[in-house]
Amino acid sequence: MVHDTQRMDAIAERMAEDEVAGRSLWADARSRFVKNKAAMFGLFLLIFVVLFALFGSHLAQWSNEELDYNVMGVVAQEGGPSMANGHYFGVDELGRDLFARTVQGTQVSLAVGFVGALVAVVVGTIYGATAGYVGGRVDQIMMRMVDILMAIPYMFVLILILVMYGRSMIALFVGLGLISWLEMSRIVRGQTLSLKNREFIEAARATGVSGVTIIRRHIVPNLLGVIAVYATLLVPLMILTESFISFLGLGVQEPLTSLGALISEGAGTIAYGTIWQLGFPLLFFCLTLFGFFFVGDGLRDALDPKDR
Amino acid sequence: MSTPLISARDLRVAFDITRPGDMPWTKPRQLHAVNGVSFDLMPGQTLGVVGESGCGKSTLARALIQMVPASGEVVWQGETDLLSLSSQRMQKYRSEIQMIFQDPLASLNPRMTLGQIIAEPLRTHRPELGREEVKSRVARMMDRVGLLPQMINRYPHEFSGGQCQRIGIARALIVEPKLLICDEPVSALDVSIQAQVIELLQELQRELGLAILFIAHDLSVVKHISDEVMVLYLGRMMEKAPADLLYADPQHPYTQALMSAVPVPDPQIERNKQTIPLHGDLPSPMAPPSGCVFRTRCPRAVEACAEEVPHPGRGRHQCACLFPGPLTADEVA
Repeated sequence: MVHDTQRMDAIAERMAEDEVAGRSLWADARSRFVKNKAAMFGLFLLIFVVLFALFGSHLAQWSNEELDYNVMGVVAQEGGPSMANGHYFGVDELGRDLFARTVQGTQVSLAVGFVGALVAVVVGTIYGATAGYVGGRVDQIMMRMVDILMAIPYMFVLILILVMYGRSMIALFVGLGLISWLEMSRIVRGQTLSLKNREFIEAARATGVSGVTIIRRHIVPNLLGVIAVYATLLVPLMILTESFISFLGLGVQEPLTSLGALISEGAGTIAYGTIWQLGFPLLFFCLTLFGFFFVGDGLRDALDPKDR
Repeated sequence: MSTPLISARDLRVAFDITRPGDMPWTKPRQLHAVNGVSFDLMPGQTLGVVGESGCGKSTLARALIQMVPASGEVVWQGETDLLSLSSQRMQKYRSEIQMIFQDPLASLNPRMTLGQIIAEPLRTHRPELGREEVKSRVARMMDRVGLLPQMINRYPHEFSGGQCQRIGIARALIVEPKLLICDEPVSALDVSIQAQVIELLQELQRELGLAILFIAHDLSVVKHISDEVMVLYLGRMMEKAPADLLYADPQHPYTQALMSAVPVPDPQIERNKQTIPLHGDLPSPMAPPSGCVFRTRCPRAVEACAEEVPHPGRGRHQCACLFPGPLTADEVA
């Protein structure tokens, strides 16, 4: 059994040398997420939609600005979806290629959703974590401000901003950003309150780690799960809000378009038998929302297994 | 006589309690969690602190490092009053006084690896150290407390309670403190693991010349590790004496009652053992009894106990009781 002992020694040595990579809570969550069929389906939907938004314009035979004079005026008869003339999704009222328009609309809607959620994540997290960690009177004042802001009907504010500063993308981003972080800051504050009395925060304080570092190193990483879940659910909400604004005719301005604006146009012409003008934007709108909601649900289940 | 490493004089901690529904300008009621506690702790020595839950043991520990607002004096090495320092100037002393906690797993950040956790005090107090130097110190410390070096990238939830407490000890000792505050470090552990952790603490204490403030509610654990033992009740010191003296000859009726409640691992003795029953509950710390706080449950209490606050006196064996002395026959039920 001499050779065996040698082998055992070699194995023992190798075990002692290699640093074992630990399974972080993130790795655990990832494996749970991958096992969740609905969430993976949602993720594939999302990937599909994002790829469509990014690379769809390369597939299109027409740009989103060209008018096709062959179908103009006879859109209802000639402008339907067809592989032959390159209008895969048909054309819109003015004879523009609806495929290219849908790609553009998806881009804008996703951008609005991501920017809105990003503002919410950054501002809401910093604001909420600060209020929660500092506590006391500062917390009271900060959170009452949020209450006051929340009491203002946001759609009204959003419409006012768009009317006052013109219907630009920037105004839309600002308007959505202004309202989106409020709910997030509340959630983050609540989570921070429950975290800050945990012993590991106390240990850090006893060691003399500064408040900012505690928030950055100990509180925010432990909040990321909640933030990720809420952010994925916030993106579709932002898209919905933008679509609603666009549907009212206040959103992005021509020649830019968004899914909401396209749906609005499609709904306007539905009486003339051009159902594809409503159908295709609506399809992508629904796919996006489904994707985000499934992924959000999956993330919640994966990151907080106790909560099921 | 040498200078004590840390010496507390008349340490008091009072919390403001606002009841729900109070107006902002109503004066909050005060809860005295620690009320006039004094002690000296010599370098390399261990002071055990015992008492029921809610008697202010943990608050006392937190008061020493400015984690709760306290009044009185806490003199460090005969020079600096820690309580008077601003938080910036206190920073220097935070590396000298480190703490380990009751719940080993809860005291470790679940999102950080073991290496990051142990390195945190170093990164805070010795930012000038390079990455390699930090890593080698962490490795040395892990080896010292009995953690395998390949565990460095693992996360706290992958460890057992005993291992987590070792991580906590490694984190506390990496900045080479002079005083280690142990807040019930073994209460959450299995008895067999308790022994290991205590052995480890004693070993480290001998090697590094640490002073330890050891908080526990388990008298036998405290007896094993302490040079001196202090008994707290309702935020006040009841009795303080060198460990062997206190265990052999307790003077205060509260200490005697605590001692008699310690189970003996021998059924014969345990069955015939005489215990002193304490009647009633711990009084509310919001409204402590007048005079001696223990009088409501004390078998020896007389009218004078309600009038006069007993002073612990001076000397090796201090006892805050008007009628100190060994147990009498009629007190034993």
